[in-house]
Amino acid sequence: MYSFQYHAPTSLAEANTLFAQADDPIYIAGGMTLIPSMKQRLAQPSDVIDLAAVDELRGVTVNPDSVVVGALTTHNQVAEHQALGSVLPVLAKVAAGIGDNQVRNRGTLGGSLANSDPAADYPAAVVALGATFVTNQRRIHADEFFVDLFETALSPNEIILRVEFPVPQRAAYAKFANQASGYAVVGVLVADFGDSIRVGVTGAGPCAFRACGMEQLLQADFSAGALANSDVPNAGFNSDLHASADYRAHLVRVMGQRAVQKLLEVTL
Amino acid sequence: MRIALSVNGCVHELDVPAHTLLVDVLREHLGLTGTHVGCDTSQCGACTVHADGRAIKSCSLLAVQAQDMAITTIEGIGDAENLHPMQASFREHHGLQCGFCTPGMIMQAIDLVENNSELSNISIRAGLKGNLCRCTGYHNIVRAVQAVADQRKAQGAAE
Repeated sequence: MYSFQYHAPTSLAEANTLFAQADDPIYIAGGMTLIPSMKQRLAQPSDVIDLAAVDELRGVTVNPDSVVVGALTTHNQVAEHQALGSVLPVLAKVAAGIGDNQVRNRGTLGGSLANSDPAADYPAAVVALGATFVTNQRRIHADEFFVDLFETALSPNEIILRVEFPVPQRAAYAKFANQASGYAVVGVLVADFGDSIRVGVTGAGPCAFRACGMEQLLQADFSAGALANSDVPNAGFNSDLHASADYRAHLVRVMGQRAVQKLLEVTL
Repeated sequence: MRIALSVNGCVHELDVPAHTLLVDVLREHLGLTGTHVGCDTSQCGACTVHADGRAIKSCSLLAVQAQDMAITTIEGIGDAENLHPMQASFREHHGLQCGFCTPGMIMQAIDLVENNSELSNISIRAGLKGNLCRCTGYHNIVRAVQAVADQRKAQGAAE
């Protein structure tokens, strides 16, 4: 790892000032992507600004119709939070399926989302649930948040404070996990809000997106069968040693059907 | 930079570069070589220790980040005369072959049984996903963890 200056601010204002003064700074939360990247010398920040002591980024609030999760909340804290699990079980299940237990004890919601890894699980959840990001500068709707591969709408000095999730009537997530890494080759989350249906897809493209075509099919006929022949254009889809773009398009259709099946089983 | 680290109940003051990993401080500075470095890429789990009672990979955490945490290593859970129940169970069930992955397996297995009241063969295997055994000795490792989980359940029922 290249050397760097380490800072541990205790307030947002201090973090912003440190960031503004440094040459090539980076914020760190759990560090589950950043530290391995720095070890492999894929990242060489001049200054690492640790957000762990910034209290504004902590806490989970559970209301009957919304769940607010602080950016520093670890995946296991989401997975094990009882009130969250009873109001928004799909988010707890998504969190419980990320990486491995050691990663879930360090990795955070905010860190995962700000990274916009194309194969991460949380992005499918925030997109399908229509979540809102609250940053130190503004509010960003999930539909506007993911821009491209490892690229979000966040400006360099912008910090996610928390994410507000509306609570759907029912929702389910299905992922086709890479057998070695557990990352989503494709993951689809289907959320039924009664008056609307939202489908979020991760793993398939450069970043998470809404599958509007599948939403319309489910609006007309809420069954797994409705997606059997859905048209999933593979333009721009990822193609690598794990799966071709065509295969990923196929998986979007299959994971969509499995998510609907799961969702219908839960409520029976 | 100067840091203070709480390891196995003892506070150590050290002067290390900011980019020093926790596992390197444990092994090189404190001589706690029970924590192993297998892959050094966050995949194998041989470097697993506890931070505030939860399993983490010490190769993926800077030592400076660990300053406000209580770190426990394999040396901190038991010794040859007083094995931790998980260590005793690994011995009893032959849950190790070459032994390289064992400290990490045991630290992760403790997190697993302490945070899950119901454990099955399948959930133990899922829980040990972040720990690799190159000897492929998973069968007996799972048995060892299951035995401790069953013991804890029986004790809980008796209380």
